[in-house]
Amino acid sequence: MDAVLEARGITKRFPGTVALDAVDFTLARGEVHALLGENGAGKSTLIKCLTGAYARDGGTVLLDGRPVAPRSTADAQALGIGTVYQEVNLLPNLTVAENLMLGREPRRLGLTDRRGAGREAARLLADYDLDIDVTRPLDAYSVAVQQIVAIARAVSLSDKVLILDEPTASLDAAEVERLFGILRRLRGRGLAIVFISHFLDQVYAIADRLTVLRNGRNVGGGPAAGVDRLALVNMMLGHDLAQAETGHRARAPDDGPPAAQFRDFGRSGRVEPFDLTIRKGEIVGLAGLLGSGRTEMAEAIFGIDGSDSGTAEVGGTARRLDSPRAAIRAGMGFCPEDRKTDGIVADLGVRENMMLALQARRGWTRPVARREQDRMVADYIRRLDIRTPHAEKRVGELSGGNQQKVILARWLLMNPGFLILDEPTRGIDVGAHAEIIRVIEELCDRGMSLLVISSELDELAAYSDRVIVMRDRRQVAELAGAAVSTGAIVAAIAAAPQQRTAP
Amino acid sequence: MKNLTAYALFATTALAALPAAAETVGFAQIGSESGWRAAETTVTRQEAEKRGHDLKFADAQQKQENQIKAVKTFIAQGVDAILLAPVVATGWDQVLQEAKEAEIPVVLLDRQVDSSEDLYLTAVGSDLEHEGRVAGEWLVQQVGDKTCNVVELQGTTGSSPAIKRKAGFEAGIAGHDNIKITRSQTGDFTRTKGKEVMESFLKAEGGTEICALYAHNDDMAVGAIQAIKEAGKKPGTDILVVSIDAVPDIFQAMAAGEANATVELTPNMAGPAFDALEAYWKNGTVPPKFIQTESKLYTQADDPQAIYESKKNLGY
Amino acid sequence: MTLPAGLARILPMLATLVLLVAAITVVSPGFLEISVANGRLYGSPIDVLNRGAPVALLAIGMTLVIATGGIDLSVGAVMAICGAVAAKMVTLGYPLPVTLLAALATGAACGLWNGLLVSVLRIQPIIATLILMVAGRGIAQLVTEGAILTFSDPGLAFLGSGAVLGVPFPVLLWTAAAVGTILVLRRTALGFLIEAVGVNARAAYRAGVNTRVTIIAVYVVSGLCAALAGLVVTADIRGADANNAGLWLELDAILAVVIGGNSLLGGRFSVVASLIGAMITQTVNTGILLAGFPPEYNLLIKAWIVLVILVVQSPRLRPLLARRRAMRRGTPT
Repeated sequence: MDAVLEARGITKRFPGTVALDAVDFTLARGEVHALLGENGAGKSTLIKCLTGAYARDGGTVLLDGRPVAPRSTADAQALGIGTVYQEVNLLPNLTVAENLMLGREPRRLGLTDRRGAGREAARLLADYDLDIDVTRPLDAYSVAVQQIVAIARAVSLSDKVLILDEPTASLDAAEVERLFGILRRLRGRGLAIVFISHFLDQVYAIADRLTVLRNGRNVGGGPAAGVDRLALVNMMLGHDLAQAETGHRARAPDDGPPAAQFRDFGRSGRVEPFDLTIRKGEIVGLAGLLGSGRTEMAEAIFGIDGSDSGTAEVGGTARRLDSPRAAIRAGMGFCPEDRKTDGIVADLGVRENMMLALQARRGWTRPVARREQDRMVADYIRRLDIRTPHAEKRVGELSGGNQQKVILARWLLMNPGFLILDEPTRGIDVGAHAEIIRVIEELCDRGMSLLVISSELDELAAYSDRVIVMRDRRQVAELAGAAVSTGAIVAAIAAAPQQRTAP
Repeated sequence: MKNLTAYALFATTALAALPAAAETVGFAQIGSESGWRAAETTVTRQEAEKRGHDLKFADAQQKQENQIKAVKTFIAQGVDAILLAPVVATGWDQVLQEAKEAEIPVVLLDRQVDSSEDLYLTAVGSDLEHEGRVAGEWLVQQVGDKTCNVVELQGTTGSSPAIKRKAGFEAGIAGHDNIKITRSQTGDFTRTKGKEVMESFLKAEGGTEICALYAHNDDMAVGAIQAIKEAGKKPGTDILVVSIDAVPDIFQAMAAGEANATVELTPNMAGPAFDALEAYWKNGTVPPKFIQTESKLYTQADDPQAIYESKKNLGY
Repeated sequence: MTLPAGLARILPMLATLVLLVAAITVVSPGFLEISVANGRLYGSPIDVLNRGAPVALLAIGMTLVIATGGIDLSVGAVMAICGAVAAKMVTLGYPLPVTLLAALATGAACGLWNGLLVSVLRIQPIIATLILMVAGRGIAQLVTEGAILTFSDPGLAFLGSGAVLGVPFPVLLWTAAAVGTILVLRRTALGFLIEAVGVNARAAYRAGVNTRVTIIAVYVVSGLCAALAGLVVTADIRGADANNAGLWLELDAILAVVIGGNSLLGGRFSVVASLIGAMITQTVNTGILLAGFPPEYNLLIKAWIVLVILVVQSPRLRPLLARRRAMRRGTPT
């Protein structure tokens, strides 16, 4: 194989997490190489390390056999590595020609030669079957055209590697096909192309080889023809086919009253109406790929942005869940997927973060006595084994796992009847991971009802009484009792084509 | 609002009922940004009524385009003269030319324009420097040969009244070495700042050494008088107070013996303007290009209470 | 919030104030002299406390607004409106308590308006409060009918120039307002909830905090503080000056909050630090007046002093630079 780019042992740490853990990645001349993985797997971190946007903490990058260490994207560009992001990084109010020639305008008598620039720009675009007026502003054209202009600019600046970060996210089928035509031609000219996408059909349509990242590690890959769809989903979601099915938590189905019941519940534009019943002490798992509507479903249930169809009944009474406050009054709690933006209040301490929901419930006029706060906080720090030097430590300075436990404690001290956990174990170190699973099972044994969203399918299969599989913002399968297994979940997820079909 | 409309209707009918011989005069006013401006409007209306002229009033609300529109309307209506208090100095050439072609005399009130002099009949205004000189001369006369340390409350730094009233006062006291300005600081023409700055003067000068206060406007003097009182001194007696503008409130202070003198910036710009216009209409007498209004000095001897009563309803 | 931590928070501001006072005393030796004249305390330090009252009052409300990540540009105009309302009511012969209540209610209503624009209509605070900042003086002028509306009611005048046991009333008013606010913040959970909203409104909302009501509340408090400040300046000169009352004071109040080390991005805040900030700015003002420089230099001197203070005590300067170095970011293609 004629390797143009070879990355060995790339490591990148952020406070509290290891984003890339000794990742190897090889790119051959004249191939389209798909880079796959769920959110947070490390795809964009890897790209940023390769293009100099981030300084890597370890590892080497060889370009044409010579070690390189770009210090900025401009640096990488000069070396021959060009990048086009999903949000086109051009200047929409400048003309197409100006965008193409920016920074290297032909000059005549010390002034920019507009006519010369126009000719040069038209010549660059000729290779892309793009017959447009280069003197018009860029934003006069569709996103697809802008994307191609961005690619043309990147390729004209960097002739070895082209990185495309989710280029098809906002294109329709015809535009995708046109883009693929261009990619095939560039491949034919010997360019190495990295293609990042969530759409598996597109990956199979264009990619020669693929690499899958998960939790900052390279978990596999190879020629696209040799990896079938099921195996790919397995790799992305982290289920090892060879591994024996984990024992399902055997529990007699509870015939008691439902803790929460949703009928025809939904929010247009976010999640299709669904029916859901959760019994007391039951754990319901919610599975699906990124963008399948899992989080949207959870947020609708918790009253975030409200719902616009259907009815909800929590604890035997009909409720209008139009805000988190209403959901909390109904005895619900919610640990969000994105801890940093939706969960923690980073500048406040552990104590204040834990007390937030309880205090909000009581209202500002009835503060929880400080002694009482200290007692509760100390209790949960011990019970959840939260590693913090003291209760006033800024939560933003704790590790991801400890942050997650603080948010869990925030809800547990409200003693909710129904708790929603969105990706409770994502980005968390192994110790805390096990701890959180233990807590989940313990809560359930105490009669709490749980709705758990997770990409860790083994775990999900292990502790869930039932698993609901989502795709295209709707519920596509429900597995119960003995039918709950990792394999069954993966099969349900991979069963049909993805959201958008490429021709 | 209803009352206002009713009043306006009444006013219009009252004006319409005037003798047919009355001349029609358009008045393009800037707006009502200050008490003085409001008083000028009131006095102009009163003067017109007194002389039996029909006054058409237009409030430009600080915008030149409104004012130009008003002047054009007056020209279209064929008024006999236009009074214009220009909001800015530039940009008047065209509309003044139109008025000239329509043979309508234009009199500028209170402010000047940068246009050629033959485009308007005359301008009526006060001389800011002269006002300062009147105040300074009053002080010279008042203290005689005694040593007198003066503190000065300036207007907004860099504004033309502040520069000219300062220069005029200095000219007024020139040659009298017994009178000296020891402190001079801006009070931004406001009562609040006048009071605050006076407090600091009193502290910095130890109080006893200040013989007189000269303020570029009455509002600052009114604020400073309170500061003097709060410092345990008698304004008007321990410290002489002289200021400029002659707004009603300073007459109250003078009646109470707390202020000594004020130089009037008269709101009656219309009086001299009508005088000039009437002479022009009668036999074509062309007035000089600038008519300076009187900068009248008022002291405690002028029955300040009576003046206060006469001024308080002018809209100051 | 333990005492030593609280003290550590305000220490840089206190040190700045002490240094500033020392510097001014060198230039004007009589600066620190305090005597009793007319049965009231008299001297430059008293002037600082007294003249600083409007900005100190505004800074209390502004601190809370800024803690939620907002800003209130309308406070200067609200001062003018409330002062005009008070002067109007008292000249119309309403009793003093009714007059004061009306002025405070006006301030609260202005705050409510701002709060609704920000929290319900989701208008950027700087724009939402700009509306009242611009329109407010017009409203005040409507009330005063364009002129300085003077009054002679001794009760209302007492708010501006009265004294209790020798202490000027405005000083007592702002210290009482500050103590009251701080007590409410500490004895209730209000301060905690404001900080949570300021640091991360999304997370606070998801934890069940009524972010809407919290944001409206801080703007109402800011409106009330502006009403008090408006009463003080109106009472001080015994007249409501719609054009000049509180002019540019919103910027002085924001400056006080910033000198107090509070982040304009919201989050952790200290009312005490903002108040020291207000006193620092007023000390600069009074010091300049005492020094007797020509007025053309006033603003320049003030700007330089403020710049030096902000640079010297900026606690964010170092971490910011450190972070810049750690996160090397290039410009994408």
